[in-house]
Amino acid sequence: MTSKGLFRLLNQERIVFLLTILLFALFTTLLPGFLSANNMLALLRSVAVLGILGVGMLVVVLGRGIDLSMVATMAISVAWALQLVSTGTPLGTALVMGLGFALIMSLITGLLIAYADIPPLFATLAMATFIYGFGRSNLITGTDVVYMPNDIGWIKSLGQGYFLGVPMPVVVALIVAALVWAFLRFTKPGRFIFAIGDNAAAARITAIPVRPMLVTQYVLSGGIAFLAGIITATSVAAMNTRVVNSNMIYDVILVVVLGGVGLSGGRGNVRNVIVGTLLIGVLMNGMTIMDIQYTVQNVIKSLILLLAIVADSILNPRDEQTGQQGDI
Amino acid sequence: MARAGTLARLRYRFIPDHVIGEILSKKWIDNAIPFLVLVVVIAAFGMLLPNFFSAGNLSMTGRQLGEFALVCLAMMTVIIVGGIDLSVGSNFALGNFTALALLNLAGWPVWAAIPATVLVCGSVGLVNGLLIGFLRLRAFLTTLVTLIIVRAIVDMLLLKYAQAMSMSFFDDPFWDLVGMGDVLGLPFSFAVLVVVALVGHILITRSRPGWRAMAIGGSRRSAHNIGLPVRGIVCSAYTISGMLCGLAGVLYAARLSGAGSDTGMGLEIMALTAAVLGGNSLGGGRGSVVKALIGAVIVLVMTNGVLRLGLNSGSGPMVLGLTLLFAVFIDVRWLKNRDKLLNKVYVSPTLVEMPEPRSTSEGAFAVNDRLADVEIIGLGEIESPEDVILDEDDILYTGTRHGDIVRFFPPDYKRHEVFAHVGGSPLGMSFDRDKNLVVCIGGMGLYKVAPDGTVSKMTDETNRSPLSVVDDSRLRLADDCDITPDGKVYFSEATVRYEMHDWPVDALESRGNGRIICHDPATGKTHTVVRKLVFPNGVCTARDGQSVLFAESWGCRINRLWVSGPKAGKVEVVVDRLPGYPDNINRASDGTYWCAIMGMRSPALDVALRMPGFRRRMSRRIAPDQWLYPNLNIGCVIRFNDQGEVLESLWDRGAKNHPMITSMREHKGWLYLGGITNNRIGRVRLKDADPTWSAWSDYWGKRA
Repeated sequence: MTSKGLFRLLNQERIVFLLTILLFALFTTLLPGFLSANNMLALLRSVAVLGILGVGMLVVVLGRGIDLSMVATMAISVAWALQLVSTGTPLGTALVMGLGFALIMSLITGLLIAYADIPPLFATLAMATFIYGFGRSNLITGTDVVYMPNDIGWIKSLGQGYFLGVPMPVVVALIVAALVWAFLRFTKPGRFIFAIGDNAAAARITAIPVRPMLVTQYVLSGGIAFLAGIITATSVAAMNTRVVNSNMIYDVILVVVLGGVGLSGGRGNVRNVIVGTLLIGVLMNGMTIMDIQYTVQNVIKSLILLLAIVADSILNPRDEQTGQQGDI
Repeated sequence: MARAGTLARLRYRFIPDHVIGEILSKKWIDNAIPFLVLVVVIAAFGMLLPNFFSAGNLSMTGRQLGEFALVCLAMMTVIIVGGIDLSVGSNFALGNFTALALLNLAGWPVWAAIPATVLVCGSVGLVNGLLIGFLRLRAFLTTLVTLIIVRAIVDMLLLKYAQAMSMSFFDDPFWDLVGMGDVLGLPFSFAVLVVVALVGHILITRSRPGWRAMAIGGSRRSAHNIGLPVRGIVCSAYTISGMLCGLAGVLYAARLSGAGSDTGMGLEIMALTAAVLGGNSLGGGRGSVVKALIGAVIVLVMTNGVLRLGLNSGSGPMVLGLTLLFAVFIDVRWLKNRDKLLNKVYVSPTLVEMPEPRSTSEGAFAVNDRLADVEIIGLGEIESPEDVILDEDDILYTGTRHGDIVRFFPPDYKRHEVFAHVGGSPLGMSFDRDKNLVVCIGGMGLYKVAPDGTVSKMTDETNRSPLSVVDDSRLRLADDCDITPDGKVYFSEATVRYEMHDWPVDALESRGNGRIICHDPATGKTHTVVRKLVFPNGVCTARDGQSVLFAESWGCRINRLWVSGPKAGKVEVVVDRLPGYPDNINRASDGTYWCAIMGMRSPALDVALRMPGFRRRMSRRIAPDQWLYPNLNIGCVIRFNDQGEVLESLWDRGAKNHPMITSMREHKGWLYLGGITNNRIGRVRLKDADPTWSAWSDYWGKRA
């Protein structure tokens, strides 16, 4: 194979994967202790929540949508559930209520997008504002941070436990990834999502229930956000609702898109998200070991991301003729 | 027979139904919903907050608006070309920091610091532009990354210099003016916004770069294929966006003189919200400065207002989120259904009470077979010869629907050539004194073809009626023309509401949508003479030279318009109660006039004309090909005199040879016939006519 043909093989996913390996090798040689089992597990654990959220986002992005309300849903639903537990509600009921809240909110988002034709970017943005505001004013009393009662029960092990020596968050993330992969790969609704993302109009005239499917996507991402929130909360024994105002949602999008999932829908799979998550994990972990200041870490992280998408665009230039209109 | 009541007559006379459709078809109606939201929001907070309209609050809001709206304009600029700029918030913070650092730490003078800041932020925009425009990265992702990078850089700089900056204090009268002063009674930043908005509006709506940007947003591929420099324009849009953010940052720095890590935090979301709320559509091609400003005011008033209402923490965002969702929901619905609504209401039939037609079984209109032996010219070689005309050399000219003027040569009219290609749809024709052919071109206006075949435009516009919603300054359907002895061209425009191919819909309305226009070649001026005519069609200068005769097709009458003399400007009816729809009128050799009747009235349509509600329902509920239309399958030629007496009529009873007639010309003992749906020209010999008479010499005197 010629070198040109070899370059052709490089798409964004592979570039990012190569970068990850490169960085991994670099850190392994430069940083003592990087390769240790403990550090590896810590690395995975640090990005588990990001990975779970990324998988949820993937489901939406595949159908040519975007869900900016994930972090708000996650924070408010879980904070409310924790508060319910601390005010005496049984754990099971509290969890069901929290999950119910997340699902209802994402159902509303889905309905707004699918049936009211509000652009996803905007609908989820407004819903994020609404969910946060509603939660803060009507659900959560007291301060921004809701602490987990120490005697909360079995759920604590989700964030702090281990399974065969692997931290539970990583296990949960893997399970979620596997389930979503199987859903997208083997079930009819999963295939429908790809079809809708590829060409919604064509999907509609082939009798795919486009609107119900769109709603399903957002409900799925809402449910996954709740799960991610449970893991976050049980890991650090609290849920800080101010996370809604942070850059976290941008990180989630980066994880998804970095691995080569197309924001215009229909392109990508769980594998891409895993690749993206790993790069971020390796990068953050290495830089933390090197004791690089947080803001500098952000700059380096972003520059590497930029490098990845520029490389992709140079290797696979987008054609003016085939570019999709309205694809931002 | 059903007669409309007085009430119905008054209702159709005074309630202008058609205006609704015309307003809906206007481009500015796009902003109706955002504007309504704006009014409601201001009214609501004006009532809820006691001192909302106080001078102090307005001045404060004005300053904030100056900064925020500049950022919204930045967002709008990139949205128009089909992109998005999430880095505006960080860039704004960078601008704020740069301005303060240059003034406080580097000790630059204000006049140098402001442009420098704008350039610094512009360079961030340039980076975005190079990546997105030239390397074709995805806008969302790229600006997301620059958002994080710039934010991190600002944070790093703040860590290093924040303390030093807070120690020093910059004092300069101009800087104080920027921050706290007024210009012409307006807060400084608001005045800056006004200037930027005006320049931006003119650039976008009236300049080449603006149009190109809109074209790219509308369809980047098409813009690329017609050869626009797509990449360069996209790149400059991001650069401009960056510079606007820098400007906003400067104003913010002058007002607050402080740099914190939360400066501009979440500003990209607010600006995006404002831009979308104002009606700029993500994906490009639809947007304007006004839209961005409306959105900016709504968002700013709401966020400030909710804050000042002092609700418990969280209620503010909740109300904000709900309102935004609601506003966008209404806007989306409105946009989606506007065209449907427009389709439903644009056609607005009016009440017409047609008088009883003259009988066609006896008298001058009695059906006969005088057109049965018409000779056929150019069968299958021309399409839609609406009008025919002959010059002094007996050459026969006609227009075709392909936009050509074709001419046939005597004596047998077998040979033909394309005399001139004009475009549009050539309709009525006349020769002026210098033997130029003056042609009404449907869809284009009034044109002149010189004897050597050169085409030149005479006019394609007239004065706009002051109260007309539809822009009636352009000529949509110039129909027939004639020239008075003083050289002025009088021509009819059949309708100002429809394009030429929609003439049947105008018939369905039967409102006075047409007009007679006068063009004076001596001065080059065009003005409308008579308005509100029911499909004015044929025009012919009367023998006295002081008046022109014109036909109102759907009114089934022929009128006289006095153009000079004591009765100048008056319109009077010459022939009415015609049994069909009159079309072109031309002179006959014996001092009378020929008029083509292009189609015959039918009792069903006459009844329908008295029932506007019925016609409206018809236009809304059933497919256009099933509507009741004027019957254009058969017609005739009539001859009438100045007194309005109809003298004779020529029919083709068998409807085989030449039933459809829109025009006729007498020339040297022959009558030449044109018909807009025909593929031929006909001619028939006139028995008693003067065999030497030609129209040109009748108009302009014998050949020298």
